[in-house]
Amino acid sequence: MAFTKHHLLRIADLTSRDIELILSTARSLKGISFRSVKKVPALRGKTVLNCFFESSTRTRTSFEIAAKRLSADTINFSSGGSSMSKGESVLDTIRNLNAMQPDIVVMRHQSSGLIGRIAAQVPQCHFINAGDGMHEHPTQALLDAMTIQEAKGKIRGLRVVILGDVTHSRVARSNILLLRKLGAHVRVAGPSTLLPPEVDALGVTHTTSVAAATEGADVVMVLRIQQERLGEFAFPSVREYARYYGLSAQHLERAAPHVVVLHPGPVNRGVELSPDVADGSSSLILDQVENGIAVRMASLYLLSGVREPVQ
Amino acid sequence: MDRVAEILPYRASWHECNDNHFVQSAGAGGAVVERVVNKEPRQIMNEAEMDQAMAKIAREIHKAVGNQDIVLLGIRTRGVPIAEWIAKKFHQLTDKTLPVGVLDINLYRDDLSEVDHQPVVKQTELPVSIHGKGVILVDDVLFTGRTIRAALDAVTDFGRPRFMQLAVVIDRGFRELPIHADYIGKTIKTTLAENVKVSIKGVDGENVVVVKTQK
Amino acid sequence: MSDLFLTNGLVIDPARDVREKINCVIRRGRVAEWTKAKQPPTGVPVLDVDGAVVAPGFIDLHVHFRDPGEEYKEDIASGLAAAAAGGFTSVVCMANTKPVNDCAAVTRYMRHAAQMVDGVRLYPVGAMTRGLAGEALADIGDLAAEGVVGISDDGKTVANTLIMRRAMEYASDFQLPVIVHCEDPHLAGEGVMHEGAVSTRLGLRGRPSASEYLIVERDITLAQLTNARLHVQHVSAREAVEAVRRAKAAKVGVTVEVTPHHLFLTDETLADFDPNYKMYPPLRTEADQTALRRALKDGTIDAIATDHAPHSTLEKEERPIELAAAGVIGLETAVPVSYRLVEERLISLSRFVDLLTRGPAAALRLPHGRLAVGDTADVTVFDPRQQLQIDATQFRSKSRNCPFHGWICHGKVLFTIVGGRICYEARMARSG
Repeated sequence: MAFTKHHLLRIADLTSRDIELILSTARSLKGISFRSVKKVPALRGKTVLNCFFESSTRTRTSFEIAAKRLSADTINFSSGGSSMSKGESVLDTIRNLNAMQPDIVVMRHQSSGLIGRIAAQVPQCHFINAGDGMHEHPTQALLDAMTIQEAKGKIRGLRVVILGDVTHSRVARSNILLLRKLGAHVRVAGPSTLLPPEVDALGVTHTTSVAAATEGADVVMVLRIQQERLGEFAFPSVREYARYYGLSAQHLERAAPHVVVLHPGPVNRGVELSPDVADGSSSLILDQVENGIAVRMASLYLLSGVREPVQ
Repeated sequence: MDRVAEILPYRASWHECNDNHFVQSAGAGGAVVERVVNKEPRQIMNEAEMDQAMAKIAREIHKAVGNQDIVLLGIRTRGVPIAEWIAKKFHQLTDKTLPVGVLDINLYRDDLSEVDHQPVVKQTELPVSIHGKGVILVDDVLFTGRTIRAALDAVTDFGRPRFMQLAVVIDRGFRELPIHADYIGKTIKTTLAENVKVSIKGVDGENVVVVKTQK
Repeated sequence: MSDLFLTNGLVIDPARDVREKINCVIRRGRVAEWTKAKQPPTGVPVLDVDGAVVAPGFIDLHVHFRDPGEEYKEDIASGLAAAAAGGFTSVVCMANTKPVNDCAAVTRYMRHAAQMVDGVRLYPVGAMTRGLAGEALADIGDLAAEGVVGISDDGKTVANTLIMRRAMEYASDFQLPVIVHCEDPHLAGEGVMHEGAVSTRLGLRGRPSASEYLIVERDITLAQLTNARLHVQHVSAREAVEAVRRAKAAKVGVTVEVTPHHLFLTDETLADFDPNYKMYPPLRTEADQTALRRALKDGTIDAIATDHAPHSTLEKEERPIELAAAGVIGLETAVPVSYRLVEERLISLSRFVDLLTRGPAAALRLPHGRLAVGDTADVTVFDPRQQLQIDATQFRSKSRNCPFHGWICHGKVLFTIVGGRICYEARMARSG
């Protein structure tokens, strides 16, 4: 079984076999991070360009560590803060990438779908989407799946709740797609103002009650709530959000035994997640960080072996 | 014809070969008949001969380094059951149990940029620390030596053994690197057009060594 | 030069209920005679159209020529050339130029520039509010005196309902229709595409259908209140077209146009995040498309208009889709693309011509769209038998933001005749 995708742009493009291959490779590579020599020569001589058009420390660092543990050379290119920069011409970016000849480009951008558009124009390198707008964040979904698999031994048949600002969340989109492909039952929950229209078309059910959502759940994935949603009238105050949509230990009492809690980070403790849950025994938040490196190593390793550009 | 039928189960797992040169068709009575285009495969070792070879390797290890703290490291895939086989023979000989580890060398290969797809990586499993111990690498066939070079690098990343040695079932020649085996089940003469295939029951269903000519 | 004998054509003139093989004598830019005679009057040059359709000149109620201000996207000369190539003899030009056409001077400039081209007729629309800001009325009286055919803040919606009421009342004093782009600016917000299952899947902000029909309903209500003439632009949502249907049944003075892209494309085309499928109002669902087509068939919709909105690659391909300009060009594709409606047997050939001639002329009371003796001889000749492949690289428009590139269609425009003068002639017009 070989990986045949030229890019890793979205979970929507992957088959369940692709996903399983990435996850099994990640499991094999995970151990490297726990050796005294945390490096293997697999990507020696390859150049990985981390192109972050949206500020991010955690994901960029995770990719950088992953690339370095595989002996690739990494170059970081960051621009802009959190707002989409109008001045950055897409074609300029493409021309620059063409000139720099990286083997793999890891890119994050505030615009949905933009990385795919750029990748289509730069066929000689492999692209990894590290988050594009509200669209997808495939490596996050893969590391979440790896974490769930480690904790539960499987994904098929699990009842997974995704709680919070689903509308604006690329993490939620990628996770919904991946979990559905691997046979989990997915329920999304949050205030109506933050649930996207016709969300059931993604193969999930939805509810606005955290209590109803978490009842019998095997996994609860809590999404980060952003202050800027206040300006969009999504909820009256952070206090109300915490009170009516935050996840607390009481909710978990009615979940399935051994329920686990995930969060893509950074956590607003006391807002979307109560501190006792975030730091409690059901929390897998630190496992997610560990697995993030493994999944990104697997993605870099597998993509660098794919020769034929798509089309 | 009997010979041909006998090798059928191993067809899918020839060492370093592709099986494009097989012509496969359904014969009378639904049996699958397989023809090799050029020469018929020749059997080098049967199960009993393999068992004798493992015993020989175990004896030689015992003689050379038997009094030291040693670990057998099987190189995935077939090196692993072979290492276990040698350990069993060693145990019969000395009543001493050698620890057996599993080494995956795919991340250390020097031909990663040559292959179309990355090989599937599996975990390396070391039952004990190799630091300061004698490590004996175990593989099925010694050919160019490149796998062993990768294995040497891989082992080094896990610690600093006191020494490393190599045991193989078959040495077929054609080394491309200055590498030799310390323990050899059988040395055979081959041509570059030939493939040497060591089949192991746990992996391939049968214990046998066969040489087959590529087209 | 403005005499012509048009022969061998199938004349379709829905305003006169004509569909027959007959020849046309044009003298001094007007229709002089319809005749079965095969011989031209002495001295009149012959144009043998070889069995193609001869129709009143097509009218596009909705174009944006970026002149003055953004001539690198389109100027009046290139826009009129594109119109001619697309078979249009009259175009109605929106006011969102830079500066905005909210005063007599800009209108005068546009008309002058069009006269210099001396081709397709340009009818300017004046702004409804100063600077299209939605806060104060533009110089509507002056604009009327300068010859605008309506007022519109197209591209934007006047959010303030009182200002909308006053604009309707005041425009009616000058016999001008009010032309409206209907999208509630707050509800549509920063939406990039239609709000629905596809926007949810793609992670793009949505513009709900409600933002459109809410304003359509509001403006119909105000038109009833003020007795103004209302023209609803580029209807896209099924609820919006149903609102217009109800208003027409209630004898409200409302007309409505639809664009080819809303008739032929849906929100699924955004799947690759290509900004060339981004426009406002957005491409909606198949159900909306079906409703628009039904309204086209039952007569609710008065006109097909292009909303020709040129943008350079700087505003389109080079931008993230969220920041890309909205709008597509349509002048050079509208006829062949829309002709598919006839091929699909949704509407008759006569109804097709009606939607490009009598319908739009009546909506804005333009003196065209009919070829009775004495009418101006604006004629479009097109051939439903001829196949063509749309090639955006060959457009006369300066812009390339076309969502129909590569489409294979029938209905090739052969000649565009304005006032008896041939403004455009297709290469290799004769199939023989």
